[in-house]
Amino acid sequence: MFNAGKRTTSTPLKHAPAEVQLHSTAPYPHRLNFYDVPPLFDVTLEEFESAALARLRILAEIESSFVRNRSYDELKSVTDAQCKKYLTLNANSASTQDLQGERRRDHVGHFVLRLAFCRSEELRRRFVKAEMMLFRVRWDTDDTREREGFLESRDFDWTPVDDKEKEAYKEELMAVPSNIRTQYSEGQFKKDKYHKVRWTRVPDLVEKRRVFLKGGWAYVHERESSSMVFQEFQINLEKALDMTAKALPRLDEDTRLIPILDNLSQGFLAGVPSEWLSSSSSGAEGSGVKAEEIDDLAKKHFPMCMRNLHESLMRDRHLKHMGRLQYGLFLKVLGVSIDEAIAFWRRSFSNITDDKFNKEYRYNIRHSYGLEGRRANYPAKSCQQILMQDQPGSAESHGCPYRHFSEDNLQSALLASYSAHGFTASDLPEIMHTVRAGHYHVACTRVFEITHARSGVKKGEGVGGGESITHPNQYAARSRELEKARQEKAESDRDAMLVDG
Amino acid sequence: MAITENSESPSPELMLAFYRRLYPFKSIMNWLNHEHVPTKLYTHREFAFTLQGDVYLRYNSFNSVEDFKKQVCTLNPTRFEIGPVYTARPRDKRTIRPGGFTPLQRELVFDIDMTDYDSIRTCCSDAGICKRCWAFITAAVKVMDSAIRDQFGYKHLLWVYSGRRGIHLWISDKEAMELTDDQRKAIVSWIAVITGGKDTHKKVNARTGSRPLPPSLQMALDPLAHYFGDLILNDQDCFASQEGWEALLHLVPDRSVSENLEKLWTKDPSRSSTQKWDDLKREVKRIEKGSAQRLVMQAAMEDIILQYTYPRLDAEVSKHRNHLLKAPFCVHPKTGRICVPVDPEHIDEFDPERVPTVDQLLKELDETMVQDSPENEEHHFDWERTSLKPYIEMLDRHAMALMDEVRRTKRGADMTW
Ligand SMILES: [Zn+2]
Repeated sequence: MFNAGKRTTSTPLKHAPAEVQLHSTAPYPHRLNFYDVPPLFDVTLEEFESAALARLRILAEIESSFVRNRSYDELKSVTDAQCKKYLTLNANSASTQDLQGERRRDHVGHFVLRLAFCRSEELRRRFVKAEMMLFRVRWDTDDTREREGFLESRDFDWTPVDDKEKEAYKEELMAVPSNIRTQYSEGQFKKDKYHKVRWTRVPDLVEKRRVFLKGGWAYVHERESSSMVFQEFQINLEKALDMTAKALPRLDEDTRLIPILDNLSQGFLAGVPSEWLSSSSSGAEGSGVKAEEIDDLAKKHFPMCMRNLHESLMRDRHLKHMGRLQYGLFLKVLGVSIDEAIAFWRRSFSNITDDKFNKEYRYNIRHSYGLEGRRANYPAKSCQQILMQDQPGSAESHGCPYRHFSEDNLQSALLASYSAHGFTASDLPEIMHTVRAGHYHVACTRVFEITHARSGVKKGEGVGGGESITHPNQYAARSRELEKARQEKAESDRDAMLVDG
Repeated sequence: MAITENSESPSPELMLAFYRRLYPFKSIMNWLNHEHVPTKLYTHREFAFTLQGDVYLRYNSFNSVEDFKKQVCTLNPTRFEIGPVYTARPRDKRTIRPGGFTPLQRELVFDIDMTDYDSIRTCCSDAGICKRCWAFITAAVKVMDSAIRDQFGYKHLLWVYSGRRGIHLWISDKEAMELTDDQRKAIVSWIAVITGGKDTHKKVNARTGSRPLPPSLQMALDPLAHYFGDLILNDQDCFASQEGWEALLHLVPDRSVSENLEKLWTKDPSRSSTQKWDDLKREVKRIEKGSAQRLVMQAAMEDIILQYTYPRLDAEVSKHRNHLLKAPFCVHPKTGRICVPVDPEHIDEFDPERVPTVDQLLKELDETMVQDSPENEEHHFDWERTSLKPYIEMLDRHAMALMDEVRRTKRGADMTW
């Protein structure tokens, strides 16, 4: 199936049903996909990874939405916006688009993530929940006629309720609360279609008493059929993941895929790693940050991890290796040039001699800027790397405070660092609740929202469009962008005053 | 007389004699296993023991009835609970790789406890229970039993007295055994109507505005209206006290109605609950028929009937496959009473005070022994000579029906070959 590079990798997903519509003229006649059949074509390692990453970004954002208690409508608009950015999937009516290419990417991404997420029950559960939500968002944004076409293409095994039975239960069916709500007339009832399924297939409808139940059969109004589709999607996916999990050991033979899959499943824990290079379009970086400005920037714009590193450095006049690496690369991407970086570190390490500094630290700083050794351009660490790699020891300051601090220390650090930006003790319960649930990047995103409320950032907005923090430089860049916008607005307000006055 | 708690729990010696001579291990196996020969339904089933001194031992499992009985007699627990069927033998749990040990099946269970009725019953409080307040449980059993049979189509329902002031329901139909946690949650939400704690006045919110109740609740309303008259108005006289009628007025949404009634009842505090309910009905009849105001009040009155009589579930018990629930025929450690099965058809006649206690049973056994042959011949079923007999026979009949069904299904499956 997945052809990684030249060698064909053998995967456990080969058992496809015999008749597959996939091989008709166009492999993907519908925008919606139940993913019954694995991709039976060659996929390059690059496509393998990029399709999966794009999808993972969407799923991780859906998960944050759950954690942040977004309403379905909010979740839908955030997810839809993210899909348009990273994982477009157009309707048939959009004839100018590369429909088949988009759908292939959607198809591949889904199956790669199955491999990455089938490996523990916890991951499977979260994956199913997020995938089901993505399916639902797409379903709700789908063209009605195309959606019907998709429905007709599948056999959902629902029994239509015949007229005789419908008449027998007329009173009960009409009394189902969701029917009453719409001023149900008898004429309308006669026209409406009902299906019956075992109640276990539609637990969500049962839970809300949106069906009539008799003898274990749920009588479902056609209006609710989408609910049955989602349930079906979930059941299919759960079964498929179980089977994949059982067959997975065979895949473990392909050593090139494992690191990719490991990386992907971690993305769920920490959000998708964004590459955050100084070439970023935000405009706030690369503008030449001077060594003496860093302290001021830290207080105004840094996320908790970088605040902590900065404070430790100022207090101890020193940072251990991993701390220097995490902070140094962050500063580089923030726009501190090599000369300014050397000046900054030299001034900060005030307890050591020039000689010691030049011998022990100068090389490493230049190395991290790609000026020594392999001359590689090292990117700054993403939240995922900070969260998952190199757990800090007791004397070390790197890592993610949301994850690595004790609860007490985290609370005092948040208050000490951000009370000047409007963060108060009453914000702590919410943050700590999120932290305890292990959603560290969500906690960080929420702190960002609270501390940027005066720039007009609202709850749920994240770093824009509902996106969560996945990189410390993304945090700082957005923070600086917001400040700049605020200053410009203040300036133009003032100018306007002057002109008018 | 109400059931009071014994000052002492049954002695370990009494318990041991009970397990050795009376506990129906075989019947319990048949019921849990659905077949005569132990299957995974039995061997992969968790049993949890509570030992003397409240030591709690989880993840026990047994290969056979003998195995189980031997262990129970060795440990002599004060009681034990039944959990789910796992993917592996619970006793091997430690040696199984993580993820390889998950609950697969278990009976769908419900727990109704008198505690949840404390705010409305007037005859007893706290741990106390009597024949009069047992009527709340009776009403609950009637409604639940018919709702589950009619709406969910389940047939194998076993009701078990909890030994003090509640009742458990175990449903063993194949589909019920296999329900996921989400499905269990759904069925609980479907059935449960009473929500909110002590501080919530209105605990029934099952309709939109003043529109009719969903069909399933409409169906429950008729029998409950009957219980409302007998139990709430006559027997418990729930609205006699000021606290009682004030609680009622909190549920009357129409200000003018509740103000009129308040005036009337303050002036004449001696009015009985039946009279007060008639007062309310009279007030409502004065509102124009078919008006929105009248509909609101009619809906409110139905909701009041539900609030006072509809089953109050301990929902958490039902929601998870891996919840443990005390096994039938255990001895309640506080009352010494046996957790006996209850026939829902005859629940009206059930009197918790007449349920045998462990020392009564052993006395019965000793007495019949004396009358019997002096050689003290081996009896396989000592229980047949005690008042436990009808209860064990009830469980056996229930298990037999389950086994018949399994046999029929198997035969059906064989024919398709
Ligand atoms: Zn009582």
